[in-house]
Amino acid sequence: MRISLSPKKITLFNKTRILERQIDEFFDKVAEAGLVFSRALKMYLAVGVCDEFDALLNQESDIEGKADTLRRNIEMELYAQTLIPDLRGDVLRLLEDMDKLINMYEGNLHRISIQQPDVPEQFHAGYLELTGTTVTCVELVVMAARSFFRDINSVRDHNAKVIFHETEADKLSSKLQRAIFTSDLSLERKMHLRYFVERIDDLANAAEDVADTLAIYAIKRRV
Amino acid sequence: MDLTVLILLGSGLFLGWSLGANDAANVFGTAVGTRMVSFSTAAVVCGVFVILGAVISGAGAANTLGKLGSIDAIAGSFMAALAAAVTVYGMTRSGLPVSTSQAIVGAIIGWNLFSDAVTDTLALTKILFTWMVSPILAGLIAVLLFKLTEWVLNRAHLHLLRLDAYTRFALIGAGAFGAYSLGANNIANVMGVFVPVSPFTDFALTEQYTLTSVQQLFLLGSIAIAIGVFTYSKRVMLTVGSELMPMSPITAWVVVVAHSIVLFLFASQGLEHTLAEAGLPTIPLVPVSSSQAVIGAVIGLGLLKGGRNVRWSVLVQIGTGWVVTPFLAAALCFVGLFFLQNVFDQQVYKSLRFELTPQVVLRMSAQGVPQVAYADLIGRSYESSGALLDDLTRHTLLTGKQVRIAIDQAKIQPLEITRFKLSSTNFSRLNEAQRIALQLLEGQQYQYAWELTDALSALSPQWTPRPAAAVNRSFNKRLEEDFAYLVKTFEVSR
Repeated sequence: MRISLSPKKITLFNKTRILERQIDEFFDKVAEAGLVFSRALKMYLAVGVCDEFDALLNQESDIEGKADTLRRNIEMELYAQTLIPDLRGDVLRLLEDMDKLINMYEGNLHRISIQQPDVPEQFHAGYLELTGTTVTCVELVVMAARSFFRDINSVRDHNAKVIFHETEADKLSSKLQRAIFTSDLSLERKMHLRYFVERIDDLANAAEDVADTLAIYAIKRRV
Repeated sequence: MDLTVLILLGSGLFLGWSLGANDAANVFGTAVGTRMVSFSTAAVVCGVFVILGAVISGAGAANTLGKLGSIDAIAGSFMAALAAAVTVYGMTRSGLPVSTSQAIVGAIIGWNLFSDAVTDTLALTKILFTWMVSPILAGLIAVLLFKLTEWVLNRAHLHLLRLDAYTRFALIGAGAFGAYSLGANNIANVMGVFVPVSPFTDFALTEQYTLTSVQQLFLLGSIAIAIGVFTYSKRVMLTVGSELMPMSPITAWVVVVAHSIVLFLFASQGLEHTLAEAGLPTIPLVPVSSSQAVIGAVIGLGLLKGGRNVRWSVLVQIGTGWVVTPFLAAALCFVGLFFLQNVFDQQVYKSLRFELTPQVVLRMSAQGVPQVAYADLIGRSYESSGALLDDLTRHTLLTGKQVRIAIDQAKIQPLEITRFKLSSTNFSRLNEAQRIALQLLEGQQYQYAWELTDALSALSPQWTPRPAAAVNRSFNKRLEEDFAYLVKTFEVSR
């Protein structure tokens, strides 16, 4: 901490502003990753692995890489400038947990690209609905995380919505799995399809875990 | 100034050093402990502002200590400060929260007992009352401030990082204010006992600004405090940061500001004058304990949050400290003075004489003390105010207030208004009319201090106390200080 006036002071607040922007950009990346994921899944269900799908997969990898760089920068700055010493640990864990969500999106697209599951048309709507709910769930946790930084009192509101959507995702996942296992497909296909249902639902579960820890951080952050 | 004087001042400097080492932690402990502010920044800000506070605003609280007991020999002051310093050191070592204010008050009472001087019960009551009030007040201020801060922050929607940056500046600002208040309020503890025997003389910095002897004394004391901050407070800061209660940087800020406001309230002469001029009751200027103000603020916030985090054992410790500290310091001072006087052959107090001469009787009658009430004692002479008090309480039915008047009036204090002193002393604190009246008294000699004040009052309305009303309070207070300054200047040493 420096106390010298004007020039340093301006630098100090400038650095703070840059860091604030980086944190916002990082959260933008998480939300963006969700949108790309749902578009890619829609594309896969409609056409299968194609050029557009590959482009979306590349875009997802790109987002993941940028988010990683941003996260590392933020973490470095927080430690180098000894910022928010009392909450630094919490913020780092929050960023890492959010980063895992991006990794999960990217990982799922890779798995689809490699394993190319054969999804019968009767299950397309189920997959799309589950993906939509999961992506909304993640978007809501992004909003909760942004609130943690700017408006602590609305963290709780967003968290409540995250929990609601996670429960919805669970229900959709069970419904879809039941439909898969009551169908005439062979067991290996059933298990393959179930695997992807679980992977997508895992995103909602992970988002809920982040919301739970955020609730604790929010209590700690109170004045 | 000879070497002996410096050595004798040493005990005060030691006390100042230990104050700096301990109490700087109250101001910057949480900020440094939570790593929001680096130790070097904290130490520089703290050192500079302690010195400013002491030199600019230190006089108010020192006056009250002076009223409690005016130690009139430098060896006596040495022992009082040493007894207080040893008490502070010993209590800190045994892990009890300790207040230099309480230690020095105890030591002064020890000196009063040894020199058989009367302890001004009015000043003592005022001090004790303030000690009780200051932690409670700190708690209340902390709660209000916390509520206000919470309200503002909930509406400001500041980004966590921006809030963090602002909090750092706020912590440094609050620390500077805290250090200033600490210097203003607590310099009296360190150097107050040396004020009546200050070896310095007024020193003109520019034509307008004079550094008075007291300010020079306070400058020296506050430098000792600053050295204490630099050399020893880091460790204390790092422990204090986590010791009291888990605190967020903003809570820490609230605590520091509440503590600083309390110390400032009990030290600010400016505020006292403003209140007096507005006809409002004034706040007594008394050295209070910085640690207890912090603990008061923390407990206030703890109660606000439901009281689960508060360690009530701390209250018991404070209670113990309140009782033990003054008694221990008084006892140490008494024993120390005995050794200093009888083993080292030092004069630890001036021999005084009190006599109820016909002049005194006349003046007392004018102040409403009936002569018949003490007729048997007229013409008697006493070696100490304590001896006079004994006789007055044993043989007369005078009230406490009348006894105080008798002791004040009967004190023999030979004064001589010499041409040399008139021309060599810096009277910049007096106005033109006051100076002219004073010049007219050249060559006069007096037995009692009040004779000089009477003579001056007869010469100029600028030397006449105004009727006791709130609007006149600051004028009369200033006049009292001017008279005290003249008495010190023209006193004939015996």
